[in-house]
Amino acid sequence: MSDSPGPSRDVALELDCRDMPCPMPVIELARHLGDVKVGELLAVVAHDPAAAVDVPAWCRMKAQDYVGADVADDGAPRYVVRRLT
Amino acid sequence: MLLAALDRGYADPRRLHRSGREARLLLDNAREATAEALGVRPDEVTFTPSGTHAVHLGLLGLVRGSRRGTVVVHSAVEHSAVRHAVAWGASACEVGVEGDGRVYDGDLVENACSPGVAAVALQTANHEVGTLQDVGRFELPNDVPLFTDACASMGRLPLPSGWAAAAGSAHKWGGPAGVGVLLVRKRARWRNPFPGDDRVDERSTGFENIPAVLAAAASLQAVVAERDEVNARQHGLVDVVRRRVAAEVPDVEVVGDPDRRLPHLVTFSCLYVDGEALVTELDRRGFGVASGSACTASTLTPSHVLEAMGVLTHGNVRLSLQRDTTRADVDAFCDVLPEVVAEIRSRVGL
Repeated sequence: MSDSPGPSRDVALELDCRDMPCPMPVIELARHLGDVKVGELLAVVAHDPAAAVDVPAWCRMKAQDYVGADVADDGAPRYVVRRLT
Repeated sequence: MLLAALDRGYADPRRLHRSGREARLLLDNAREATAEALGVRPDEVTFTPSGTHAVHLGLLGLVRGSRRGTVVVHSAVEHSAVRHAVAWGASACEVGVEGDGRVYDGDLVENACSPGVAAVALQTANHEVGTLQDVGRFELPNDVPLFTDACASMGRLPLPSGWAAAAGSAHKWGGPAGVGVLLVRKRARWRNPFPGDDRVDERSTGFENIPAVLAAAASLQAVVAERDEVNARQHGLVDVVRRRVAAEVPDVEVVGDPDRRLPHLVTFSCLYVDGEALVTELDRRGFGVASGSACTASTLTPSHVLEAMGVLTHGNVRLSLQRDTTRADVDAFCDVLPEVVAEIRSRVGL
C-alpha cells in the first residue's frame, strides 16, 4: 500500500507534526482520531523517525487500520490511518 | 581476589623475570577457569578490552579467513557492535525477525547459501528484549562459519553449539568492565583482521589487564555455579513483571518472547509516554531502568531492535533484574509504575 503519491489518496484530515519530537505525532493522532468519520482516512506528517514504527504499532494496539506511508506535498514522510472504530 | 591480583599480577606476562612469570601464571589460570566455565578449550579463549572488541575481532576475523567473499548475513536485531563491524569491514545482508524478535530461520539459511557469503552472525539472545535465538539449529553450508554474539547470555546460559567464533562481555555477567571474551574454535578459519601483536595469545593485541581478567573469570565461575537457582528465580520474577505491567498499565505493550528468553530481562513500551521522562521519573523513585526510545538515544533514532520487531518504540523501558532482586522489589516497581505512567500521560492531556 505504500509509496503511492499523497494527493491520490482521499485523506479527510492531515495533521502537521513535522517538527514534533517523539511521541507527539502519535499523541496528535490519538487526539484527532475522533475528528474524522469511521471509514475515513487520517494522516500524520512527521519527520520524527520513530513515527514510521509507532504509527503502525499504534494502529495495531488501538484496532485501527494502518493504510501505509507516502509523502506529503513538500516531500515530508506521511503516515495514513483509516478510522475503524 | 581483585586486590591480591593487583599485587601479584601487575607485570607483563611475556617477561621471564619472577613477576612476569607470576603474571603469566595468573593469566593462564584465568584462561583455564574461563574455558572450564564455558565448556571450551583454554586455547580457544582470548581476553579482549571489551565485549564490543571481542565482537569486532571475532566476526571480522571470520570474514578475513573466508575464501568465499565478504558478505555477512545477520539478523536485524544484532547488537550495534555487530552492525558497526559489518559496516566497517564487510558487506551486510540483513534478515528480518518475527514480532517476538526471533529471526526468520528460513531466510537466514537461504541467504547464507548465496555466493559471496563469508559468515553468518546471530546473537544467542537479544540484549534489549531477551528473546533467545535458535543458534546451532541451522544447517549452514560447511564453509560458511557462524559467529555468535553471546554478550547478553554468557555465564547465565550455556553456550549454544554450532559456532566458529563467539563473544562475551564480563560486565554483562556481573564481572568488571573492560574485559571481553573472544572464543575461536580450534579448527575455525579465523585470521586477525587488525594489525597483529606479539603476545602470549596470538589473537590478543596489547597487554592483558590481568587483575581484571582474573576477577572476570572468578565472577564467571560464581555465576555459572549458581545459575540454575538464580535463573529460575529471575524467570519467575520477570513473569510477575510481564503479567502485572500488562494487567495494570493501560495501553502498554510487553515485548519479546514470554518464555524462551533471558531469565533477567523484560522490556515494555507505554503508549503516549516520553521514554526520557519515564526513565527520569522511575530513577527519582529509585529504579534505574534503560530505554530503547529515540529520545533517550544519542542518535535520536529509536532502537533498531524495536523497529525490526515492529513494536512501539516510544515510552520504552528495559528492566534488568540483579541476582539479589526480590519479589518485594519487583512488586514495588509494579506498584509505582501505573501512577508514573498516568502522571506523564496527564502532562499531555491523555
